[in-house]
Amino acid sequence: MTDTTANTPRGQTYAPGTHPDLPSPVRTEGPIYWVQRNLLSSPLNILLTVLGFAFLLYTVPAFLDWALFDAAFTGDSRKDCEAVASGACWAFIQERFHLFVYGFYPDAERWRVNLSFVLLVLTLFFVLYDKAPYRKYGLWYAMTFPFLAGWLLVGDGTILRTVTTDQFGGIMLTFVIGFTGIAFSLPLGILLALGRYSNLPAVKLLCICFIEFIRGVPLITLLFVASTMLNYFLPPGTQFDLVLRVLIMVTLFSSAYIAEVVRGGLQAIPKGQFEAADSLGLKYWGVMRLIILPQALKISIPGIVNTFIGLYKDTTLVLIIGLLDPLGIGRSSLADIRWGGLAEEMYVFIAIFFFLCCFSMSRYSLYLEKKLHTGHKR
Amino acid sequence: MAQQAVMSPGFSLGRLWNDKEARSVIVQILTMVLLVAFLAYIVSNAIANLEAIGKTFSFDFLFQPASYDINQHLIPYTSRSTHLRAAVVGLLNTLLVAVCGIVLATVLGFLLGVLRLSTNWLVNRMAYGFIEFTRNVPVLLHILLIHGIIVTSLPVPKQALDVGGTFFFSNRGFFVPSPQFEPFFWAVVIAFFVALVFAFGFKRYAHKLQDETGKHLPVFWVNFGAIVGLPVIVYFLSGMPLTWQIPELRGFNYQGGMVLRPEFLALWLALSYYTSSFIAEIVRAGILSVSYGQTEAAYALGLRPNRTLSLIIIPQALRVIVPPLASQYMNLTKNSSLAIAIGYMDLVATIGGISLMQTGKEMETMIIVLLTYLVLSLSISAFMNWYNQRIKLVER
Repeated sequence: MTDTTANTPRGQTYAPGTHPDLPSPVRTEGPIYWVQRNLLSSPLNILLTVLGFAFLLYTVPAFLDWALFDAAFTGDSRKDCEAVASGACWAFIQERFHLFVYGFYPDAERWRVNLSFVLLVLTLFFVLYDKAPYRKYGLWYAMTFPFLAGWLLVGDGTILRTVTTDQFGGIMLTFVIGFTGIAFSLPLGILLALGRYSNLPAVKLLCICFIEFIRGVPLITLLFVASTMLNYFLPPGTQFDLVLRVLIMVTLFSSAYIAEVVRGGLQAIPKGQFEAADSLGLKYWGVMRLIILPQALKISIPGIVNTFIGLYKDTTLVLIIGLLDPLGIGRSSLADIRWGGLAEEMYVFIAIFFFLCCFSMSRYSLYLEKKLHTGHKR
Repeated sequence: MAQQAVMSPGFSLGRLWNDKEARSVIVQILTMVLLVAFLAYIVSNAIANLEAIGKTFSFDFLFQPASYDINQHLIPYTSRSTHLRAAVVGLLNTLLVAVCGIVLATVLGFLLGVLRLSTNWLVNRMAYGFIEFTRNVPVLLHILLIHGIIVTSLPVPKQALDVGGTFFFSNRGFFVPSPQFEPFFWAVVIAFFVALVFAFGFKRYAHKLQDETGKHLPVFWVNFGAIVGLPVIVYFLSGMPLTWQIPELRGFNYQGGMVLRPEFLALWLALSYYTSSFIAEIVRAGILSVSYGQTEAAYALGLRPNRTLSLIIIPQALRVIVPPLASQYMNLTKNSSLAIAIGYMDLVATIGGISLMQTGKEMETMIIVLLTYLVLSLSISAFMNWYNQRIKLVER
């Protein structure tokens, strides 16, 4: 400001390199320029900005009031909440929190669920974080995790007391279905994609029929098939656990979608890669395992993660066949007279839970894409 | 072992396995044998199981009275109608919500996609927030939430929100005027189709004329005038054969007019905005996929911005947009089966729900439901493939 160079008279000459720095041109930096450029660049943009701000002013304070400033966090019934505040009644979620997390899992055995949560976090750490220490052993452990967790949660009747799966529920059930589906549908989907991409007509036809059938019908009808019809196809007298049936159906369902995503990746691999691999003398599985799949899977990461997110969200559908996932727990809690009619809090709570899970999955996929991008950036 | 097989003269199994052609045949035969054995196994199990509980496999029940009510039916239906008719009513309800949903989702999705690309930072961020929040929350939750809002937050019919005395919003649904067609209305319909045929012919003629002489005819405005104007003229000439019946409050509910039930509304709105968030991302990716050089080239040719958009950008973006859009349409149609959670009587709720419970014919009803959805999905994908083929890049 005190610098007077801006007022230098015209025609004054400087020796090369002695010219003082000029101030930057007006309106190419600073918040005012940013606002002009990004919010008020044209009449339409001004209108949109005004409408946008009006909408935010109308909704955000009201929502914050409801959810935080005018909300009740403690209390024993809806009346208690209403006496304290006129907004949300989070006491309801707080009281039912254990139900939302564990379902009807016996109180005395809840440490098993907690232990599996911890083991799950450990598994995710080894699988997702590639700089994890002892990752090689960690991955071996991760492969045994689904079976370990199954043993922990169900028990075997000798070391651990058996807990029947109809006591499963809440977030724990979402995790069981979601992560089992994710873990088993990927290998199955890759096999199906390879089958569809193979040049053996019979195998190809079989895979196409399977994939197109599964993709052509809604998951809910497949769950109905699982809950009503599947027992007919098993040897007479077999009793088959409902959660297990759902797991199988969900896995088959998303494996068909994974297969299509992976097929897209396979089709993007140039023929030269196959020929080069053949010329090295590799057999079919060698070609696929060492040359083709690493490239194809890298391309299909966004699609695969999208399928996983879809599967994870679809776990809520099990409430229609009578399993109590968080949404099912929430809906049955609505019937409680003490808390009657507290729908919004419940929906917001569950929406936030699913949003956190799914959003972090999609963020991780973006990170993975960037990390594996070995080509030239444009 | 392979070494041995190669060395030993004559036929041997190991030798056959080392031959690529033979091996592929063996693998395929084995696959087929396993498949047939598996099918035979489950079918024999099914027969044994059905016999054990004394059930038969037949579709006769379809022609027996359904004896349950369906509150929303597009074709005449009473509880004395057959299960087959109930299934058709359910299918029509599924199609209704799917078609309405596809239309609304497409409109919303394109709008959101364009807002997401806007240079206006605020609008851009708001669209991003909406899209991310919507698509990371299960669709079932959206459906239940919207249903809950309509049923618990809107007033009862007596205090319904009244818009201009013609539209009424209440927790029993939205009451809107229904069109009453008088006999002469068919003339308007005929006029519309005549105008459509004319528009098609005029477009071809204009194209031909432009190809031959370079003369440019105002195709859009002439056709727009014909398609809108002709039916309107005929409508007034034939003495306005269309009246609107406005819903009226009688007792505790509205009579007359049309009602959009809460179940239908919830399903329609929730499916639409859920799917629109996916469509928005598809549209955004599609428009971004057309490189900016194309716009510059179009400007260099002297095209104005709106012509650039309609002749250069959109045709190229559509090629990227259509295939994933088709799968979103299929997803919406399949997600409409979640109707059962809020009691909208679609295909799954009628034949796969109540009919199944009443007749105990799990196998037959589920086969009907699965096959119907399969046919629906395959026909949507066939139509989209045809459309995709049409707009594909013509490579010379």
